[in-house]
Amino acid sequence: MAAQIVDSTDDRISRISSSIRVIPDFPKPGIMFQDITTLLLDPKAFKDTIDLFVERYKDQNINVVAGIEARGFIFGPPIALAIGAKFVPMRKPKKLPGEVISEEYSLEYGTDKMEMHVGAVKAGERALVVDDLIATGGTLSAAIRLLERVGVDVVECACVIELPELKGRDRLGDKPLFVLVS
Amino acid sequence: MSACKEDDPRIDGIQSRIRVVPNFPKPGIMFQDITTLLLDPKAFKDTIDLFVERYKGKNITAVAGIEARGFIFGPPIALAIGAKFVPLRKPKKLPGKVFREEYDLEYGSDCLEMHVGAVESGERALVVDDLIATGGTLCAAMNLLERAGAEVVECACVIEIPDLKGSDRLKGKPLFVLVESQ
Repeated sequence: MAAQIVDSTDDRISRISSSIRVIPDFPKPGIMFQDITTLLLDPKAFKDTIDLFVERYKDQNINVVAGIEARGFIFGPPIALAIGAKFVPMRKPKKLPGEVISEEYSLEYGTDKMEMHVGAVKAGERALVVDDLIATGGTLSAAIRLLERVGVDVVECACVIELPELKGRDRLGDKPLFVLVS
Repeated sequence: MSACKEDDPRIDGIQSRIRVVPNFPKPGIMFQDITTLLLDPKAFKDTIDLFVERYKGKNITAVAGIEARGFIFGPPIALAIGAKFVPLRKPKKLPGKVFREEYDLEYGSDCLEMHVGAVESGERALVVDDLIATGGTLCAAMNLLERAGAEVVECACVIEIPDLKGSDRLKGKPLFVLVESQ
């Protein structure tokens, strides 16, 4: 059986980073939007992205991967499948059928809500929260609160990209953050 | 015309994990909820494996997934068969230049968008979503890919509602599903 040669972490991160496209002034003037869709068009870069998360989490007894709608739905499920965890979608209001619990969070102007199904997770389960990017940390911290309200142990938040100047890390309380590209 | 994978022993486990929620999103609709399938790692893996077994070795270069539940099933398939993943999104979500395709709803219309440059002329594509009902969204998705010059090889869904005859709206292209539901 041939040994599988895996590129070094640095080489993989370099390819991932250069596959992300920056779009100026989206969704509004002044914002440099980090577009991960171009990463998804490069099968090797996409696979490397998932592998880097899986290598980190596969031996950590993670039972749950919670992914934030909608780009967290792209990265969360492949990680969940590879580590044998359930996938739990965290959604905008009124998308999930049946009984939900909801958590309000602040936006720059106004508020929004995030919902999770009742019964999706159980007290004591160990969870990751996954999204493509962390900016202010508002959405991630809402997801953490939802999971903790039902007794889940949030082990870590995992994102492809961090915008460090927005200090999202500070909004995660005592929860660690792992990112591939800063 | 659709192909359904009823004979495989994994199908029973998959079908039994799908939850039907009555009167969602409105009275009279029996909503097929796949989130309970995602809570069972083996059933979720079996779901992906059934698609991967069908499509690997068929030179599929692009898997297009329809927002948002197509984002859950599409990427794991794409990763396993070495194809790119192309998100097809509601309006104004994709940054940069897009193709836009309008389609009819029961009341009114909606739009689906795809990035310009996501697929190239001559690529072989799958379209993936969790469920096919009337086929309107899938038809719009196929139109987007064909406008960019790609060949749609097949549409793949976890669930079909055969009474709604969505397979007739796929412009003669084949449909592959795992589960048929009333």
